[in-house]
This record gives sequence, C-alpha cells and structure tokens, in this order.
Amino acid sequence: MVDSPHTDWADVRLHVVTGKGGTGKTTVAAALALALASGGKKVLLVEVEGRQGLAQIFDLPPLPYEERRIAVAPSGGDVYALAIDPEAAMLEYLEMFYGMRRAGRALSKMGLVDFATTIAPGFRDVLVTGKTTEAVRRRNKNGRRVYDAVVLDAPPTGRITRFLNVTQEVAGLARVGPIKNHSELVSSVVKSPETAVHFVTLLEEMPVQETLDGITELRSAGLPPGGIFVNMVRESQLPQAALDTAVKGRFDAGELVLGLKAAGVADGAEANALAEALAEEIVEHARRTALESAERESLAAAGLPSFELPLLADGVDLAGLYELAESIRTQGAA
Amino acid sequence: MKEPARLDIDAILDDRGTRIIVCCGAGGVGKTTTAAALGLRAAERGRCAVVLTVDPARRLAQSMGLSELDNTPRLVQESAGGGQLFAMMLDMKRTFDEIIEAHADPERARQILSNPFYQSLSSSFSGTQEYMAMEKLGQLRRSDEWDLIVVDTPPSRSALDFLDAPERLGRFLDGRFIRLLTAPAKAGGRSAFKLLNAGFGLMAGAMTKLLGAQVIKDLQTFVSALDAVFGGFRQRAEMTYRLLQAPGTAFLVVAAPERDAMREASYFVERLADERMPLAGLVVNRVHTSPAAALSAARSTAAAEDLESRGEHELTAAVLRLHAGRMQLAARENREREHFVTAHPTVPVAKVRAMSEDVHDLAGLRQIGELLASA
Repeated sequence: MVDSPHTDWADVRLHVVTGKGGTGKTTVAAALALALASGGKKVLLVEVEGRQGLAQIFDLPPLPYEERRIAVAPSGGDVYALAIDPEAAMLEYLEMFYGMRRAGRALSKMGLVDFATTIAPGFRDVLVTGKTTEAVRRRNKNGRRVYDAVVLDAPPTGRITRFLNVTQEVAGLARVGPIKNHSELVSSVVKSPETAVHFVTLLEEMPVQETLDGITELRSAGLPPGGIFVNMVRESQLPQAALDTAVKGRFDAGELVLGLKAAGVADGAEANALAEALAEEIVEHARRTALESAERESLAAAGLPSFELPLLADGVDLAGLYELAESIRTQGAA
Repeated sequence: MKEPARLDIDAILDDRGTRIIVCCGAGGVGKTTTAAALGLRAAERGRCAVVLTVDPARRLAQSMGLSELDNTPRLVQESAGGGQLFAMMLDMKRTFDEIIEAHADPERARQILSNPFYQSLSSSFSGTQEYMAMEKLGQLRRSDEWDLIVVDTPPSRSALDFLDAPERLGRFLDGRFIRLLTAPAKAGGRSAFKLLNAGFGLMAGAMTKLLGAQVIKDLQTFVSALDAVFGGFRQRAEMTYRLLQAPGTAFLVVAAPERDAMREASYFVERLADERMPLAGLVVNRVHTSPAAALSAARSTAAAEDLESRGEHELTAAVLRLHAGRMQLAARENREREHFVTAHPTVPVAKVRAMSEDVHDLAGLRQIGELLASA
C-alpha cells in the first residue's frame, strides 16, 4: 500500500470517476467528494447519466437540475450535488451565451434535444462536460473558485475517452462556430493538470482488463489519468502460509476440528463435518485471493497510484459512505 | 423467505417454439456470459443456436475459441446431437453501412456515407448500438438459418434504451425538427426558413447561432439524403419490436444480488410487462453461498471472539471470521433477492453461485449452463 499522500492532486480541481458497470463507480465518486470536502472545503458532485444514482446513495428524493447541498463532510465542509439534464443544460447554454430564453424553449419543444442526442451524441457530451467545467472555472466576486473541487460521476470506462475528448467528437461536425469554441473551452479544462480521471475496478479479470484498456486509450488521447480505486476488497486474516497450502486444494481440517471443539461450536462427527465444510470454503477463498493478487499485479503495470476500498458487509448506506471517505483520506487520495 | 418459482432453463431451451432469448439487465452483471452459456447449452441439447453479442470482452470471444467476432456468425462448435453453436459480435457501423447500401442508390449512398453527421451517428455509442442490435436481430431471425437466437442487450446508460430504440427512431424521423430541416428540399430549394412564420424565423436564427451555418447545411444534406432510406428502416425496427412481443421470444432479466442491479431488474420487469414483452424469468448471477451454511454469522463471530479472547486456535478464529463475513454477505444478498420476490412473486428465478474463477473456455461456459439449469 502506498503510504505517502499524493499531494500532487492538491491542484486537481476536476476529479472524473469512471469504471465498468457494477464496480461501484457512483459510490466511489460520492465517497471521494466527501473525502475532498472534509476540513471545511466545498465540493460539487456531478451526475450526468440521468439515473439519479446520487439521490439513491444519499437517500434523498430525486435531485433537480440545480446545485444543492446534500451532505456535510467529516470535520466540516459541504458536498453539493448537481444532476445534469442535457435538455436543461442546453436551455441554460442558449440563455447564458446568446440570451435566447424563448427561442431555446421553442427549440426544445420541437425536439431539438432529442434530435441532437440521436444524431450526434457528441453534442450532448459537450453540453454536459461544458456545464461541469463551468462549475470548475466559476469564481466568486473575490476571484476565488466557488468550488474547491468538482467530482464527476462519469459514463463507464468503455465510453470515457469519447466522452471527455469532446473536441475530437464534434470536430467533424462543427469545424467552426460556437459549438467548436465551446468544446475547446471544455477541452482546455479536461486536458489540463487541473483534471484527473480515476478508474474504479474490482479485483476481477474483466474489470481489470477494461481499466487497463481505458487507461491506454485515455493516455493516447492526451487526457490525464489519476488513480485506480480498487473497490470491494475483502480483507483476510488468514496467514499467508495457510493460504499457500489451501490454494493447492489442501487445508488441514484437523486443526479446525480442535478449534471448533475448543470454542464449543460443535462436537464429535458434527465438528468433523463442519471443519471439512469450512476447509472447502477456505480453499475456494485462497483461490480467489490468488487470482486477486494476480489482478493487483496487472493493475500495478499501469503505473498509477492505487487505493483499496473495503467491501462493506452491510452494503453501501450513508454510514458506509463515510467509512469509505475516511479510507480514501487515510490513503492520501484526498 | 418465500421461495419464488424455479426458472426452468432447459424447458425454455428445449421448446422448439423458443426462437429468441433476450438477456437484459444492468451493466456488469454477466449478461454476455449468461447469453453465451445459454447458447452453448442449447446447442448441446440439439438446437442450432447463434449468440449475438453486442460488446463482449475479448476473453469471452476467446472462451468460445474465436480470435475475433466480426459481424458475421461464426461456427463455434458442432455437438454430437446435431446441434450447432454460432457466435457473432455486432459491428454497428458496418451494419448501418449495409442498410444504407441496400436501400439507397449508389450516388445517394455515397452522399450519406461521407456525411460527417452520418459518421458521427453510425459510430457513436448511444442509441445507434440499440437500433443496430435490433436490426441485426431482425436480420438473423428473417434469415431463418438458426432455430434459436440468443442476444445480449447493449451496455446502455439504461437497459431500457434497448426497448426504446424503435420508438425513439420513429419520433426522431417524424419530429417537427426533421421536417424543418428537410423543408428546403421540399420547397424547391428555397430556404424553408424564409417561408415560415416569425416564430420559425426566430428559431432558425437561434439554430444558426448555436450550430453555425456549415453545420446546418451538413445537417440538411444528411437528413434529406437519409429521409427515403430511413422509412424502410423504421418499418423493420417496428417489425422487430413486434417480433419481440411474439410468443417465440423469451426475455431473461439478468442481475447480480446487489441493490442497484436488483433495482434495475425490478424496473426492467415492470417495463417488460408494460410493453407486453414475454418475460421468462430472472437470473441472479454471482450469488455467494457457503458449504458451511449451518454455522450462522452470529455464532461464527461469537466463537471467533471466544477463541481470540483466550488467545487459542488463532487459525480457527481467523477461519471463523472469514466464514462470518461470507455468511453476512450471503444474508445481505438474500435480502436483496427477497425484496425482488416480494414485489414480483410470480417471476421465476434462477440463481447462479459466484465462481472463484472467470470463464476462459467452453468448459467454463458449460459449467455456467449447468448451474443455470439446476438453479
């Protein structure tokens, strides 16, 4: 485990969190936001896929398209949330840059958003990333940044490079004009050292492979990779020597029989049967652990800082989220 | 816990009337693996099956002995009983190109294929993949070369996009917006914007400001070129949609025993009912079980504490802790499943236990198939 804090992220303002489906990307994004906010900071947590995952995780009614405070971080600090709706983002964009409130409404009624997202999803991505980077750049009257950090719960690993590489995506469509200018503004943020793209994975073959592919793709697009968050890690108290023999399918049930008897759990034939069953469980566990170590080594090849988050036995509830945030902080990711 | 009805996979596979199996569910729950395992099992029970996958991990292609999957069904294996397994991966751009080439004259096809909007539309991830998966499914079914098609749905933002594809396409094509863009061609080349009322004029200005004049021009060219071609496409998308509602189709909702995945599964089950799509059941993958289930988490923890406090049998104590963790996980997974069963008591369920290793070959897929059938 890396024990030095990665203070080079102190300058990062935009944390993009991606991951394969089922890895707990939204959970990690939420925990990271809490961790970043702790100690009196102000952090915006952004959701873009319209699934209201943040509301579910924080146990809140569906979030509107509006920045609102949803949680207080450990030792002070605020987490705000924003669920970006592409249609509302488009209206806001039209109003902000062109002062076109009415025309925007009319366009929207005629299905402009439907149209734009069907024919060129790159447009939708520009709107969404545009809103996010606007929050990153936003300053108050004193010229200070409104948010110390913005955490983006981004689309999954398979789509992340296209999603962030907006200039590339709209370049063919809009060679000149406002969309192009807008996408360049977005690009100047996401390709800068102010951005870090984090990958959430499990210690399983497919998510690890997808993470490594995603990092390669990201790098070749000139986008800045951040860290790897290994989620749902199961701790084991078993001594390595025991695991080493168990992985070969051998685990001495004899010692377990004695232990079970000593603890008064079972006796006689019952103790033997239970010990055999537990031994079987240990063998399976040891095999899983060996595979996990192999996956951990594959991940190390990516050369990114890596953080491990424990599997929460009772599932992710609000308390669990704070536990993960604490773990992120002690590992120096925030 | 009230046990739900058991999902009888073999009865579905053996029923010659089953022509299409659709595996749907949230991302990362093992849809593609389930689809491949079902295809293999069907083939080994004498069916001529093709697995249509949308986005497989390379390893899954390898597990079926194929180095790549390329938009054409490839023979994976022939079984003793006369069954065959084919597999293919959807190449959405190629599928789209083929539709254009089949339905437009060469000049118009060339115009469309080289238009920047077409290129964006045909290679983008959202939406197009769903349309093309539907299209390919329809093609395979119409060819009648296979008596069973097993398809997994795209890893969409929402699993429901798959069902929405035809309707969204229709809405897109019938939309007033498209009409506005195609208007110039229909008004003899004059700009439609000039012919329309002030409200439209305002919008035209807005659009030009927003998108730029070049974009508008490209869009108009694209839309008018595509207009004729798409009519047929929409019709076929609707046919495929009706095909999915027909009795020969079986939907399997795939989930993992976690809150998000089960919630999505519930949502999907309700949605399928709304759309009058035939649901066969729910497959819950990656269920954790224990060979020592008789020893509860609570008793296991208490015993571990007892040993630890006495400083004896450290190894046993560690094993008991581990077991307690496993039982706790199993209990939580059970609760998630229970929620689903309470809400949908009539939906048959199959459980597939978590494997300690990933699937690498046909033997692995076969094992999953066995677990599915015996669950």
